This record gives sequence, structure tokens and C-alpha cells, in this order.
Amino acid sequence: MSGRLETTFKRLRDKKEKALIAYLMAGDPGLAETEQLVVALEQAGADIIELGVPFSDPIADGPVIQQAAERALKNGTSLRKILDSVKSLRQRTEIPIVLMLYYNSIHAMGYETFFTAAKTAGVDGLIVPDMPPDEAGPLKGPADAAELPLIFLLAPTSTPSRRKLVAEESHGFVYYVSLTGITGAKLSNVTNIQQNVQKLKKVSASPIAVGFGVATPEDAAQVSKIADGVIVGSAIVKRIASYQQDPAMIGHVAEFVRSLKAAMAPA
Amino acid sequence: MPMLPDSHGRFGSYGGRYVPETLMPALLELEDEYAKAKKDRRFQTDLAYYLKQYVGRPTSLYRADRLTKKLGGAKIYLKREDLCHTGAHKINNAIGQVLLALRMKKRRIIAETGAGQHGVATATAAAMFGLQCEVYMGTEDMQRQALNVFRMRLLGATVTGVDAGSRTLKDAISEAMRDWTTNVQTTHYVLGSVLGAHPYPMMIRDFQAIIGREARKQILSVEKRLPDYLVACVGGGSNSIGLFHAFLRDPKVKMIGVEAGGNGIVSGKHAARFSGGKPGVLQGTMTYLLQDENGQINLTHSVSAGLDYAAVGPEHSLYHDQGRIEYTYATDNEALTAFDLLAREEGIVPALESAHAIAQVIKLAPKLKKSQMIIANLSGRGDKDVQQVARMRGVEL
Repeated sequence: MSGRLETTFKRLRDKKEKALIAYLMAGDPGLAETEQLVVALEQAGADIIELGVPFSDPIADGPVIQQAAERALKNGTSLRKILDSVKSLRQRTEIPIVLMLYYNSIHAMGYETFFTAAKTAGVDGLIVPDMPPDEAGPLKGPADAAELPLIFLLAPTSTPSRRKLVAEESHGFVYYVSLTGITGAKLSNVTNIQQNVQKLKKVSASPIAVGFGVATPEDAAQVSKIADGVIVGSAIVKRIASYQQDPAMIGHVAEFVRSLKAAMAPA
Repeated sequence: MPMLPDSHGRFGSYGGRYVPETLMPALLELEDEYAKAKKDRRFQTDLAYYLKQYVGRPTSLYRADRLTKKLGGAKIYLKREDLCHTGAHKINNAIGQVLLALRMKKRRIIAETGAGQHGVATATAAAMFGLQCEVYMGTEDMQRQALNVFRMRLLGATVTGVDAGSRTLKDAISEAMRDWTTNVQTTHYVLGSVLGAHPYPMMIRDFQAIIGREARKQILSVEKRLPDYLVACVGGGSNSIGLFHAFLRDPKVKMIGVEAGGNGIVSGKHAARFSGGKPGVLQGTMTYLLQDENGQINLTHSVSAGLDYAAVGPEHSLYHDQGRIEYTYATDNEALTAFDLLAREEGIVPALESAHAIAQVIKLAPKLKKSQMIIANLSGRGDKDVQQVARMRGVEL
């Protein structure tokens, strides 16, 4: 049911390529820059954009994304404005855009209002890091009605029964969290990731993307051998922050994304 | 009245488990282990032993004659949780959870703290059982509760300052949740109030419900009848639910929870969730929150660090909606007046948190008949606040 997401994964599979999923904090440094970044990162090789909606209390995020959220909130970024940005982006690009947002942002807008607005704007899927499938009940109806897939996360701590639950409930793709921790931590134990992704593949009909801790082209290369998609977040957000005053910020970030995608090229 | 919460950790529409997947297995394990411990006679015997011999329970139910006379209305009893070891009710829960951690073979304990009382209680329990302990505390709170920071360090705990958001309790909880997410295989998170994801609100309520069970027995033995009112302050809401729980099925017992009114509701600088908040999800649970129209969490203010929090325990949200418990607030100034009054009239310096409950007693007692009775929960002693109050009054110590 996920048009753009499904098409993208299929197109890449046919080329034996893996998806590079680039995370941006919407509104950092500003929404105009976010829109430019989406277009630039697509040209640099990003296949899917994960757009973070800033929240005041992001319990799943490390300091890099927390601070990006603080900057975005400070300049007045809101979910409604982000959806307007997505809408305007849809006149320029067909890259799949997945929103990552905390539960309270959806709750405050109202489930039905939110899903209708997100679909209309051109959003392709949702990641809600503080919503395990167990709590997704009230969102399923409106999500199905809007044909917006809910993407769930699986962690190294997940038991076989949770693996099955997440695989069944997740649509679009399954987000495998590479490490026991928060975003921006250091990638470790690739063997362990590989084993868990293989177990997940046996029960999941959806593609599997791995995120948390993927920071360098080398990391991206390793993870791309294991999974269908590679998610890079903090490493991109960190660059946006450090080049904030630099007029060539977008170019620098695009260059980094290009190096990630190049490292993921099939052997 | 059905058993609450239900099997999904719901109190009506409140509660639940809104956490990253990484924590789900740990929460399910904790729920399972707690259910076993609850039925395990050995666990209950151990818990009872430590509460009696180490904490000093039962705490007394003290008839405050001079305060009663001064206010000229209902007879006032104080449930003296300030007499617990470490000086507050927080130790009831800390001992219970550390015993659970031992059952789960987790040797590292983490906690968040606002006023420092829960941090001290956890550091104490960890020291007594020989466990490693790290406490997260907002840097703003570290400053106003410097004494408790030093106490925790004396007890061998590491105190880690949190310099995000409002640098208070909420930010300390987020940081503790991040630590737990990272170290969940070796670490138990001793949450300090009836907050967070299931099973915490239920489990912590159960550990604190001893307050009300004792009070009920004590008042029946002295007065041969139940009180007319129960009054307690509500931050997360653990001392209040602890006192109220044993009386919920007594329809004639009225209950009042007192939130932090800060500089007043109109000022926006307060932590009165039921006066200015609406339901939402924060830090694992669906409950009343102080938030803006986009669902961003508001900064809160209270003179008392322990009440300075944007959310309230989910069980309170249900009782609020049902009208079973009435929620009101006391401002910083009212709490400070109560702080002085209790010191002078009864020789008891209350914690600033508990002073909010006393502030409500000051309003309520004169309106009642002399034949009526109030039990107020004196959740903690005020030693930790002496320095802050002196500073506010321009006194150099």
C-alpha cells in the first residue's frame, strides 16, 4: 500500500542496490534549508528521507538530535509547518519521505486530522519511536484509512515473540535498531546485527533497514551488506550543525551523503 | 471497583507503555518478576523486615493539637513519613525495587531525582545491598538541593547532572531512560514516582500503599472511625496515592491532592497539571500534561523541586476524571507560609513538597467542624530545604 516506498525498494532490489535513508531534523537550521537539503541529498544519492519532527523531550535520541530539535523548536518549527514543507517538496521531488515523530505530536493534533494531513501532504510512512506495536491500536484505523504505513522498530533486546509481532505489524519496512542504546551511539558488533537481521528476514515480509550508530562510509558499507536499507541520522545532523554558519552547508552535507552512497555500491 | 490497572497497564484511558522497543523486553520482564515477587512469601517477608527494622515503619499518626487549635476547625492528624529513614516516603519504594533488582540479578541501579529524596533513598538502598548506583539530577535541582547531592555522594552514588531543557526532574527522567535503554541488560531503573510505563505506576503505588494501610488502622484504633478528609501533595503522585489507596473504597472519605501552584496559574509558572494541562504522552505514559497546542511540553515552576514536573501519575488522571479525588493547588507563597507555621506550631520542619499539603490543611480545617478529621501526609522532612529557604530570605549560612 506504500506507493513511493515500495517502488523505491523494488527499483533498488532490481539494481541489487541498498537504500540509503538519510535523516534530517525538520527545521534545523530552518524549514527552507530542510527543503533544499531534501532535494540536494536526493541528488547526492539518498533514496529515502526520514524527516524528524522536533519534540521537547525526545527519549530515544542522543544529544546530537536532541540539540537539533531544540534549535528547530526555537525557530518556530511545528508539525503543521513541516507538513506544509512536505507538500511544497512534492512539487519538486518524488523521493519517499517518512516522518519520525514522537507520540504526543500526533496525539496533540488528533489522530484523524494528522493522518489526513500527512497523506495529503505527501508523506509516505511514519516512525514513532515511543510507540511499540502494543500501543498502536488507536492509530491503526486512521493509518489504514490514509494508507500510511506504520514502521516499527526492533531492537537487539527483542525476544523471538516480539520479533514476530514487530515483523507482522510493521509496513513499508522494519527499522532494526543496531544497538542497545539511543541515536548517535557508536556502531558495534556487526556480527550480532547480522545474526539478528537474518532472524528478522525469516519472519518479515517487508524490507529491513538498520539504523542507530551508522556514522561513516565504512559503517554504511558494512551494514549495506547485511540489510536492505541503511539509516544515517546523527552523523548528518552533526554536519548540518557544524556548518550552520557556512553558506556552503548544503554542499558539504550532500558530499557526505554521496560518500555514504558510494560506499554502499554493490561489489 | 475493578482491579486497576488492567493487563495493558491502563487506568481507564491513561497509563500504558509508550517506550522505545529496546525497553519493552525489560518492562515485560519487570512486570513478570514483580507479579512473581508479589506472590512470593519470602519476598514479602524480606520487604516487611527491611521496612520495619531499617526504615522504621510503621510511621506514627500524630495528632497535631497546636495546629488544630490554631486553625480552629477539624482535628488534624499528620502521617509522619518524615520519620522514615532518609527522611521521606521515597525509601518505601526504593527498598521494594532494589529487592526486585536483586531477584533479577541486576547489580547496577539508576534513578532520577528532583528534590533529591528519591535519589538519597535509592543511593541508601543500593549502599545497603552493595549495588552500584547512578543518580540523574537536573543541574537546576542540584543547585537548590545541594545538601542532598552531597548526601548521595556520601552514600557512594554517582550523581550525574543533566543540563537539558528546564534542567529539572523531567530532564533527569529522560536521561535516566536513555541510560536504561543503553544498559538495560545489566541495569534496573528505580523510578521514583507513580509515573512512566507499566508496570511502574502500579508497582510503585503498591510499594507506597503501606502508608494508607497503616494510617487506616491507626485512625480506626484511636478514633474508632475513618477520617473525613485525606490531604497530600501531588508531584508524580506517589505519597498521595500511597495514602489514598487504602481508602478508595470508602466513599465517605474525601481526598484532596495538592499540586504546585508556583507563582499562580495565570502566571503560567506552575506545575498544576489538573488546572492547566490536558491528556498526552510523556516519558512512557498517557496522562495529564502541561503542554502547548503542538504537544510540546511546557516548562514548569515550583519552589519545591519534588513537585516541579509537567506530568502526573496516570492513576491520578483517572481519579481526576471520575471525580473520586479532588485536585487543587498551593502557590509557592502559601507553601512557604505553611512551612513556617508547622515549624512554629508543631516543631516539625516539613519538606517544601509536604508544605503544599499543609497549605491546603490551612485552607480546609477552619471550614470544617471540630468533630471532623483530616489526615495530612507529611511526606518528608524539610532539612534539605533549610538552605534554600534561608537563601530566599537573604540569610547567609
